[in-house]
Amino acid sequence: MKYTYYPGCSVKSTANLYQESIDAVVSDMGVELEELDDWNCCGATAYMSVSELMSFAISARNLAMAEKFHRDVVTPCSACYLVLNKTNRYFNDYPEVRKKLGVALEAGGLSYSGNISVRHILDVIINDVGLEKIAGLVSKKLEGLNVAPYYGCQIVRPMYYGCGASEENEEGFDDPDDPVCMDRLIEATGATCVKYSMKTKCCGSSLMGTEEKQALKLCRGLLADAENNGAHCIVTICPLCQLNLDIFQPKVNSLFGTKFNIPVIYFTQLIGLAMGKQPKELGLERLAVKMTGPMKQILQGA
Amino acid sequence: MSERIGVYVCHCGTNIAGKVDIDEVVEFAKGLDDVTLVREYKFMCSDPGQSLIQKDIEDGLINRVVVASCSPLMHEKTFRNVCTRGGMNEYLFTMANIREQCSWVHVDADKTTDKAKDLIEAAVRRTRLQEPLTKREVPINPRTLVIGGGIAGIQAALDLADAGKKVVLVEKEPSIGGHMAKFDKTFPTLDCSACILTPRMVSVGQHENIELMSWSEVDDIGGYVGNFNVTVRKKARYVDADLCNGCGACWEKCPGTRVPRKGNVHEKLSLGPTTSIYMPFMQAVPAIPVIDVETCIRFKNGKCGICAEVCERNAIKYDMEDELVEFEVGNIILATGFQTFDPTPVKRYGYGKLDNVMTAIEFEIMNCASGSTGGKIRMADGSEPKSIGIVHCVGSRDKHYNEYCSRVCCMYALKYSHLIKEKIEAEVYEFYIDLRCFGKGYEEFYDRLLGEDVRFVRGKVAEITEVPIEEAEKGKLVVEVEDTLVGTLRRIPLDMVVLCTGLEAHESLPDVAGLCSVSIGKDGFVIEKHPKLGPVATATDGVFIAGACQSPKDIPDTVAQASAASSAVLSMITREKIEIESATAEVDEDKCSGCKICNTLCPYLAIKYDEEKGVSVVNEALCKGCGTCAAGCPSNAISAKHFEDRQIFAEIEGILSA
Repeated sequence: MKYTYYPGCSVKSTANLYQESIDAVVSDMGVELEELDDWNCCGATAYMSVSELMSFAISARNLAMAEKFHRDVVTPCSACYLVLNKTNRYFNDYPEVRKKLGVALEAGGLSYSGNISVRHILDVIINDVGLEKIAGLVSKKLEGLNVAPYYGCQIVRPMYYGCGASEENEEGFDDPDDPVCMDRLIEATGATCVKYSMKTKCCGSSLMGTEEKQALKLCRGLLADAENNGAHCIVTICPLCQLNLDIFQPKVNSLFGTKFNIPVIYFTQLIGLAMGKQPKELGLERLAVKMTGPMKQILQGA
Repeated sequence: MSERIGVYVCHCGTNIAGKVDIDEVVEFAKGLDDVTLVREYKFMCSDPGQSLIQKDIEDGLINRVVVASCSPLMHEKTFRNVCTRGGMNEYLFTMANIREQCSWVHVDADKTTDKAKDLIEAAVRRTRLQEPLTKREVPINPRTLVIGGGIAGIQAALDLADAGKKVVLVEKEPSIGGHMAKFDKTFPTLDCSACILTPRMVSVGQHENIELMSWSEVDDIGGYVGNFNVTVRKKARYVDADLCNGCGACWEKCPGTRVPRKGNVHEKLSLGPTTSIYMPFMQAVPAIPVIDVETCIRFKNGKCGICAEVCERNAIKYDMEDELVEFEVGNIILATGFQTFDPTPVKRYGYGKLDNVMTAIEFEIMNCASGSTGGKIRMADGSEPKSIGIVHCVGSRDKHYNEYCSRVCCMYALKYSHLIKEKIEAEVYEFYIDLRCFGKGYEEFYDRLLGEDVRFVRGKVAEITEVPIEEAEKGKLVVEVEDTLVGTLRRIPLDMVVLCTGLEAHESLPDVAGLCSVSIGKDGFVIEKHPKLGPVATATDGVFIAGACQSPKDIPDTVAQASAASSAVLSMITREKIEIESATAEVDEDKCSGCKICNTLCPYLAIKYDEEKGVSVVNEALCKGCGTCAAGCPSNAISAKHFEDRQIFAEIEGILSA
């Protein structure tokens, strides 16, 4: 299974531990990710609200360059996933957008016909690799580990429009209000998925740079719900969610007087642990909130 | 004898004359072959306009007529009648639509005039080739089938029965009464629902002209207006209706459980007995129980038999089977009603996951004095709520679910506020988008509620969550909402939330509508004959609609439509005979290969295969002349009368000739 890989800027910098864990697990799954040459910023959700058309144009350049490979484009970042899909949709649904983007691409010597499918790496691992295969790769069952499945708010939005739809699931690859695919994945590693009502709530996103207190408030809610439901860790799929909940967890504690100590890891890191990979190989040593306490005990015991 | 065609050009005030040069068109028409006479008039449909045509026919000046005016939908019937009155076969008349398809839709006056000429030439060429057809009449069976025994079906059946006409009322549930039987009070008058409904239910049960078939479903409908053949499946009740006297000994002793006895207050909500042999509610008509085979111990493992033992009249019959009953009726009234929207897919409202989030229908049953809580408002754990939120437009006015407004929710939501305030001391919040209090006495009721200390919050509820942020939210349901009047986001902690679920067409409607050849719109409701001028009829003659199968309706509107439908049926019955369309399809038996393709194509089920002759045969009484079969026939064996190939080609040539 070969895909065109669009990493996005986060996994190349702040979220490089995500990239390391992806590299560590995908080849065992039979997934080959060929990075798109000369890719550029997806346009980013923040820029989209400033200049939608410019954002579409930046995004469309990536789609245009990927088209010649006739493969699905895969991204690990929920923001890239959302923006690339939104661009694709507007390109295909609105002739005036298509026309303008055509002009912009032509200036760069490119063209796009709208036939690329952009998928999240979670979708690929769940639906192309499959839970059975994942379960088969598990050498170290994570029994006793209570996990809060955190999807974040961006991955679910394309689902509303049927992104990731297949013959089995015409609606899209999961339910936008109550996604469960990662829950099943967590269970496949032997871990326990706790009830997590906040699974699709916003982490504060880039508000952390402008309205920090508001963003910290949102993080507090996410951490509290995980703690109340007995989670040993939060598993996420989005670089920004991980950054906010992990790096800013001490700040949440100092601002609200809470005592959260919940590791926030990527789903690929969880799979890697279950596959028996070393924490270092998976970038886990670089977490801000270390895997201490019950999580450490369970991992060592397993 | 040569054809003498009269062409009549209508000005339609300025509707046509404002854009089309009438004089030019008249001159043009005079030059067409076989046209002997051309007249123009300001309003051809008016009395003097009609007389012009009639007189010309009577005077023998013309023997075919073309009227260039509006759409045939508007006035084809009018001008056909003029022709008949003048003594000419109405099928020798053709209408040229130079209004809707010409003057109304084009900008350039010269081109519009040219198009009008083309349309008239097409009509002239077509009318020259048309054949006289004979109208046929069929008798109308005076008996009527009413499908659905809610308030719509009850009203329609009683109206007809009181007029001395026979009615068969078919209801799929064990009792008639429908949704109205589940309500405690009705808005805005706060009438006791049972008090006004029960007498009518009893009348239905006792009426000599009504044959009530409860616990029955329509299996098949054949035939056509005036002469429908109906097959009804009487489902096995396992209780002999002739022997049972409804004493209740059976359900008092039944050990089976249809509604769980364990579980919280909300899970145990029920109107009637919770046993496996049960009556849906105590005022049921007929007052005869039914066995729920899914939960009956006898049907599961054969080990029980208590109900048969305690029945003094030996009415319990475990070996009863479904029974098919066939009969004929002249007309059908569809009154299949509605079902409420299932809010489970709206995950953010937590229905099914969060205790104390309940639907409107569940809240109705809870309020009903004869229900399992005795009309008391209780939380799932049995305690009295201190605060209740009422969320409007759940599944209505929402593009993800149903786009339409369900029309009754605002009012029943207001009714809830009143009932809560009347029964308990609780804070009540109404979360609404708009309050649509449109009916008689509705706005006044809203006004009254404004004085009853109800909190109105304008905003669509984003989420109902059990995850607390503040201390005061712990153990509560938190309603997150943007209060658009204050302009702020709010989190309101409450004990209980009622979801005002919208109305949807009943899930059985597509099947029943299919049996009657009635169309369903994209909203799921029956399409009426005309949204304004034909709201109780359908495109199928002899099939009428009443109540919420057409669109969401409150009780007064439902009753009004039911009476309108029964009056439309009475008018049909009083006529005794009905004319049926002559422009039907005809099979050339020499050409027909018996492939049966047309049998399945026909939307009116009018074509049957004649095994003996080996050809398909059109039932002219059923055929609507739609032409689908003629177009689909691979052997070219079917022709549609009045729409023959040579007529259509002549029309096309006329349009292209200029």
